[in-house]
Amino acid sequence: MIGFIILFVYVAIFLLSFMAVRFLVQKTTRDFRSLKTVTFGDESAVTSNRIASIVSVLTIFLVWGTFTGSAWVPGFLHAPGPFVGDTSFTYTLETADGARDDATVYVHVADFGQGTEKFDVDPGEGIAKDDAVAMNASRSATILFDKNDEVSRRDGARVVAIDGVEIGPDTTIRADAGRFKLTDKGAISFTPPSGLQMEPIWLPPPEDVVSRVVEIADEGDRDSTLWRHLGYSLFRVIVGFIAGALLGIPLGYAMGLSDWFRGWFEPIVEFMRPVPPLALIPLVIIWFGIGETGKIILLFLASLWIMAIAARAGVSGVNISKVHAAYSLGASKYQIMRYVIMPNSLPEIFTGARVAMGVCWGTVVAAELVAASEGAGMMIMVASKFQLTDIVLMGIILIGIIGFGIDILMRKAESILVPWEGRS
Amino acid sequence: MRFDLPNGSSVQALENVSLNLKEGELLSVLGPSGCGKTTLLNIVAGFLAPTEGQIVLNGHHVTGPDAERGMVFQQGALFEWMNVRDNVSFGPRMRRQKPAQYDARVDHLLDVTGLHDFKDKAIYELSGGMQQRVALARCLANEPDVILMDEPLGALDALTREKMQGLVLKLWKETGRTIILITHSVEEALLLGERLLVMAPRPGRIHKEYNLPFAELGVGADLREVKKHPDYAKTREEILEMIWDMEEEIMGRAEVEQ
Repeated sequence: MIGFIILFVYVAIFLLSFMAVRFLVQKTTRDFRSLKTVTFGDESAVTSNRIASIVSVLTIFLVWGTFTGSAWVPGFLHAPGPFVGDTSFTYTLETADGARDDATVYVHVADFGQGTEKFDVDPGEGIAKDDAVAMNASRSATILFDKNDEVSRRDGARVVAIDGVEIGPDTTIRADAGRFKLTDKGAISFTPPSGLQMEPIWLPPPEDVVSRVVEIADEGDRDSTLWRHLGYSLFRVIVGFIAGALLGIPLGYAMGLSDWFRGWFEPIVEFMRPVPPLALIPLVIIWFGIGETGKIILLFLASLWIMAIAARAGVSGVNISKVHAAYSLGASKYQIMRYVIMPNSLPEIFTGARVAMGVCWGTVVAAELVAASEGAGMMIMVASKFQLTDIVLMGIILIGIIGFGIDILMRKAESILVPWEGRS
Repeated sequence: MRFDLPNGSSVQALENVSLNLKEGELLSVLGPSGCGKTTLLNIVAGFLAPTEGQIVLNGHHVTGPDAERGMVFQQGALFEWMNVRDNVSFGPRMRRQKPAQYDARVDHLLDVTGLHDFKDKAIYELSGGMQQRVALARCLANEPDVILMDEPLGALDALTREKMQGLVLKLWKETGRTIILITHSVEEALLLGERLLVMAPRPGRIHKEYNLPFAELGVGADLREVKKHPDYAKTREEILEMIWDMEEEIMGRAEVEQ
């Protein structure tokens, strides 16, 4: 239910901001693209709209804040929260011999995560006595109304009406105070209005996540600070990737240059390449345990085949004219390797390295989810067991940011080291 | 030269091609597509071993590529990861010459080819014509005895091509190298070929040989003036006729085969 409302709000913001930007923002850029009349179907005329990107990110935080009652979002934008405070209702008791009496139940609803304190009320007169109930927001309470009444359900007494509305075993009453039902045994089940906000245990507001980042960065979680957890994950990825590249690139070159090497390693590489590294986790744990060795070997295996195939593709991609030209300029085999084949394969190797880094980063988190004593994956896995949703969210966001950062760094390195890519 | 095909048959790419080149000669080779021009050049360069016959240069057999036979390709043979100057000085550097040994030569070639202001540019920043000038300079910087050109101007537009033809003639006269030039263009073959070889296809063989005065006339002169020479138009028509006949024969045969 809340999911559909969130989706609706999201789509509404998408459309409204699109129209608002179309009307309000004049196209001030006057580059050659603005003169193109055919843009639908011309991919080169479509550039990413920066305003849309900014609004998109803001919208995610806005929806997040709205449906969690965040302090970062002004109060009037909050989705209706759950009922909190004091309320009361009356129930009508009918004894086995047909006598009726009304009594009032006073309910104190405490906010999420706050303790409930029992309190007493004056029981009043009559067969049915007034009750006091303390409960948490968005929960339902089963009210054993007959605890203090003169007749109990065992004597045949039952509730026949709530606030004057008839109620039976199969009816549900929706009143302003909340929702009422009778349990199988005749007790009153009361649910105050739960509103449209998410409980922090499902989705904490953004400021909780941020304060958790600060807290864990300073004080740490499970004997390790946040940086230590992330550092361990990064260290494994980098060591595993470098080991994979150091072996995979020469292997790929050898496969591209020698028929014996290609014939020997092709079955192995072609078989291992489609095996997802995640499928190797159990075997790696059996062989090497859950320590660093196993993780690094897993990442080494994840990157090895990708780098070998990239290097082989780089060798096959060399234009034969370049090799012929170098030979007729007097280059030796070593010089052909050093000055023609290696630089020519750099673009392919960089593409492979970007893929391998992405796979390694995903694999290390998954491996840590399975078993580890430090690491980003282990941090969110343990947090989820204690329902610390804010740590889980923080971990996911940081893992995403780091993965994105790695990719940006690789692209920067690529554009500096391989400026000729795609331009010859 | 015979190629054995995977399906068991074979193609006679070249048959009875016998040539004798004098030092400093400029030979252009012309023929319809599929007549084995490129195969011939690859054999001379040493990239292919002939099934019969031999290539002899400077008194020794040719068995593989060597710096004594420089090659200029149509395109795509420059090293994008080096700037213009490093491309041109590639040969001397591969032979471990010291900069002092080749600097003057490389700078002179950059001047002659008009690349002096572009020597620090990357290859992909140059136009197609400039890239071919780099390829020429790179080949000459290595001081080969024979220069093999495989349609070096084929990828250029008509205007650039004409300018480049003048440059090729100028460099030929200046360096005195022996050049074998393969081309599709009859005009180019006439203008640049001191000797012109027309080849016929299936099997690839020498059809006719000409000795022409136009290359000599064209050195340092306006090539358009050369084209006004009375013999030029006549020879051109004669060769075109010859090639048209061959092309039609190929087409006809292809239609019959279908």
